[in-house]
Amino acid sequence: MPNVVTANRLLDGIVVYLAADGSWTEDIGCARLAETEEETKALEAEAARAVAERLVVAVYPMAVALHDGAVDPLSVRERIRAAHRTTLTKDWYDVPL
Amino acid sequence: MYRYDEFDHAFVHERVAQFREQVERRLLGKLTEDEFRPLRLRNGLYLQLHAYMLRIAIPYGVLSPRQLRQLAMIGRRWDRGYGHFTTRQNLQFNWVKLVDVPDILSALAEVEMHCIQTSGNCVRNVTADPFAGAANDEIEDPRPWCEILRQWSTLHPEFSWLPRKFKIAISGAVEDRAAIAFHDIGLKIVRGPDGKNGFRVFVGGGMGRTPYVGQEIRPFLAKEHLLSYIESILRVYNLHGRRDNLNKARIKILVNQLGIDKFREDVEADWEQTRKDAIDLPEDERRRIMSYFAPPDLPPRPIRDEGLDQRRITDPVFANWLKHNVRPHQVPGYVSVVISLKEPGRTPGDASSDQMDFAADLAERYSRNEARVNYTQNLILPHVARSDLVSVYEELKAEGLATGNYDLLGDMICCPGLDYCNLANARSIPIAKEIAKRFEDPARQELIGPLRLNMSGCINACGHHHSGNIGILGVDKKGTELYQISLGGSPKDDAAVGTIIGPGFRAEAVPQAIDTIISTYLANRNDGEDFLATWRRVGAAPFKEALYGAA
Repeated sequence: MPNVVTANRLLDGIVVYLAADGSWTEDIGCARLAETEEETKALEAEAARAVAERLVVAVYPMAVALHDGAVDPLSVRERIRAAHRTTLTKDWYDVPL
Repeated sequence: MYRYDEFDHAFVHERVAQFREQVERRLLGKLTEDEFRPLRLRNGLYLQLHAYMLRIAIPYGVLSPRQLRQLAMIGRRWDRGYGHFTTRQNLQFNWVKLVDVPDILSALAEVEMHCIQTSGNCVRNVTADPFAGAANDEIEDPRPWCEILRQWSTLHPEFSWLPRKFKIAISGAVEDRAAIAFHDIGLKIVRGPDGKNGFRVFVGGGMGRTPYVGQEIRPFLAKEHLLSYIESILRVYNLHGRRDNLNKARIKILVNQLGIDKFREDVEADWEQTRKDAIDLPEDERRRIMSYFAPPDLPPRPIRDEGLDQRRITDPVFANWLKHNVRPHQVPGYVSVVISLKEPGRTPGDASSDQMDFAADLAERYSRNEARVNYTQNLILPHVARSDLVSVYEELKAEGLATGNYDLLGDMICCPGLDYCNLANARSIPIAKEIAKRFEDPARQELIGPLRLNMSGCINACGHHHSGNIGILGVDKKGTELYQISLGGSPKDDAAVGTIIGPGFRAEAVPQAIDTIISTYLANRNDGEDFLATWRRVGAAPFKEALYGAA
């Protein structure tokens, strides 16, 4: 199963993923996939540099599945993080993101 | 209510300035995250699932209209227009940015608020009966004692790095509405043998992974010795509490490991040695603090109100609200009103900025400039004239805040769960909403009677599931959310930890399981029994059979 690296942005805490171009994206669909252990290690090393540069905190790699090319974060927790919202739809404070 | 003096103002503003500088240093790279984390936590700033969360202390649940309006402003300006009232009478904002937090803390300081002692292994915000100074069964107002403890514990050099966090709750009334038995120290004001009031002291209660009901360490403590005695309890804990295992570091583990008798012996021995020191509060300082809590000037008014009596007869929904959300007051002609934050379909404990402003207006116009928060996540107007009740109700109703379900099934405690919280294993809010929907009919809730349903999204038990008559605990089982149900807990004077009734349920099966439990209770209850009484009489067997079939 491929891995992506996720974190929270230092300035506002928003969930982000390390993207193919080396930037940090809020869209898990744009996250860079690491197919092997070595690729995952390389992603982690890049993320560690971003921590040192104070872009992100709380970095960790996580396994994902691919369904028709779409990234599935597997766990409820990671689905909620990737959605950037609570699961409480149709509510009075359901603020568009 | 208490007002900051020059020292308090200077102290809080200094803390804000310190944190502003700490955030700057973090952003400039002069502090690493490991260095910064304990500093932000000491100021109530957590990193949660989606964003930073700021936990604001509401000392013993007391709020002025000015403070409520400032919270509303903060929600609008720096968050998403709403906040969440917690089970420790605090308020959490879920979506703040790190860079904004120093400004938010400044805005809080302007209205004599802060986030100190809402995190870390220190004495946390002291909680109390939300009807303090108003309830008709009150022996003595606990708020001055909460304030004394707050001032004493703030940045206490000896107790800022305890083995684990430390929670104190005080009740000054006959009925315990502060869940004191589930606190590290629970204090109950009681009448002593000489007619003077003092404290009955409980220690070692708590929820979490290892729930315990607090045990009595002292049947009566003269009030003037409160600080020195609590200091001795904390000292024994600080010395002997475990620091090698986070899960065994709370005082409840120490008390239960030593046994209450040995723990008491150690505390009393320390107290005998140290109480000679000038720890206890000087009498004039006690009087100074007491003076802030003088009861408001409430001229007695007629107990009967014709308009109200009329409305009660013609409007059953109003009558229901009156029965459950209006509580007796110590001054004739007055009542306390519970503003339910539990309308079906809404997140328990959440309030929008508009609702905070609205509650502030009501507090100003109808409740002598006071509002309260209770640990079951509602707002309270403590001092309302009976003759204003119809008007208050009409205004609440227009805002969707007049659900008459206080202390009924719909008045669920619910933690933020996996929708927000980094520690959670399962969602709790959507489950609460589904249950609320199923039991929406007020007539059914009325039939069921008093019932405390508490739900947590993880073992840390912020949602007090252990003390729920019905408790729901969300766990993660191989990537699936699973919900364990326990029965028979109680947060009151007959405090008890609930018993897990059997294997857990998947999310979609939980409302039906609760329904089955309720039906079993209704089928088994005798006249006059509430859920807890039936449970205690019939035991687990009928519930198990109804849920899981015959053994």
